[in-house]
Amino acid sequence: MMRRDECLALLAKRVRDEAIVATYQAAFDWMRLAPRDLNYVSIGAMGIASSHGLGLALGRPDKRVIVLDGDGSLMMNLGSLATVADANPTNFVHLVCVNGVYEANGSHPLPSAAKVDFAAIAKGAGIANTGTIETLAEFEAELDTILTGEGPIFRALMVTAGAPSKQDYAFIHGAETRERFKAAFTR
Amino acid sequence: MSAPRGSAILAALKTAGIEFVVALPDIVTSDGLLWPLARQNDIRLVRICKEDEGIGICAGLGFAGKRSILMMQQTGLMDSVNALRAVGVEYEQPIAMLVGLQGKEPGVLPSKSGKVSVSAIEPILDALGVDHVLVETQDDEAKIAPAFERAFKTSRPVCVLIGTPPLADGATK
Repeated sequence: MMRRDECLALLAKRVRDEAIVATYQAAFDWMRLAPRDLNYVSIGAMGIASSHGLGLALGRPDKRVIVLDGDGSLMMNLGSLATVADANPTNFVHLVCVNGVYEANGSHPLPSAAKVDFAAIAKGAGIANTGTIETLAEFEAELDTILTGEGPIFRALMVTAGAPSKQDYAFIHGAETRERFKAAFTR
Repeated sequence: MSAPRGSAILAALKTAGIEFVVALPDIVTSDGLLWPLARQNDIRLVRICKEDEGIGICAGLGFAGKRSILMMQQTGLMDSVNALRAVGVEYEQPIAMLVGLQGKEPGVLPSKSGKVSVSAIEPILDALGVDHVLVETQDDEAKIAPAFERAFKTSRPVCVLIGTPPLADGATK
């Protein structure tokens, strides 16, 4: 297990012009660690972060898209893994923060939280490059693959909550946030 | 009145500059439109597992500057209402939808249908403030490209409801 914010901080040191699609708690941590215009945090409806990311990746195959998903969110949209496998975007990376709870909704446990193997589900859905990362050292060792490897890539990150981040829903739902992203992404 | 032609709908998509069709199969549009779409290469077909995925994919494509439509049955539209509300309506994104009205009785307006699955659709769209047009005949084909243009020009969702199965190439009725 690793702290989510410590894990994301390692990614924050390495990102350059990648679009980062982040949802809920991962988004709040990410905005604290790496505020930038190329953050896409306007997911709208829980569960469809990976779908937003797939649209971005298909629309701009020249740009790398990294999704920072949550396990509760992905559980609502497991079919998206098969959709990604079918569309096969080489510029798409799906990182799922696995903490076993619906953290934004009172930290109630996910069904079968201790038993679900997200990397196995992704592999079973047809994504060839999958894996589970349990330590910061492993994550650091995988960063080259995450940032430059041929997608689609899926990694389950086994995390616990770290330092609290401001839950700035006004920012993630704000029109200005979306406009800044679009201007940066289509540049 | 003749049913709309799938070839005319496909032409309307091209007129509206659609580059991606994100779709779940719908029995109303399957033969006349989705299969022909699957056999051509000008517009990329993205097959999805659940309709609300399509809302996210279309939004992402829009942020990338690409025009897309989401094709589905009205049952899938009902399943996607929260995503449409959040992403299309509240975020003001141009979610362009082409929705088959499965089970609609021929010649009966959706609002007069005896099936809740049909009669509920326009009121749901009205409650969300989503612009919609009905396509039942060849006379209605001309509504399609302007409806999708409206979605992209106003950055708002628009729904084209298909009330009659479109004719496949070579079919006359």
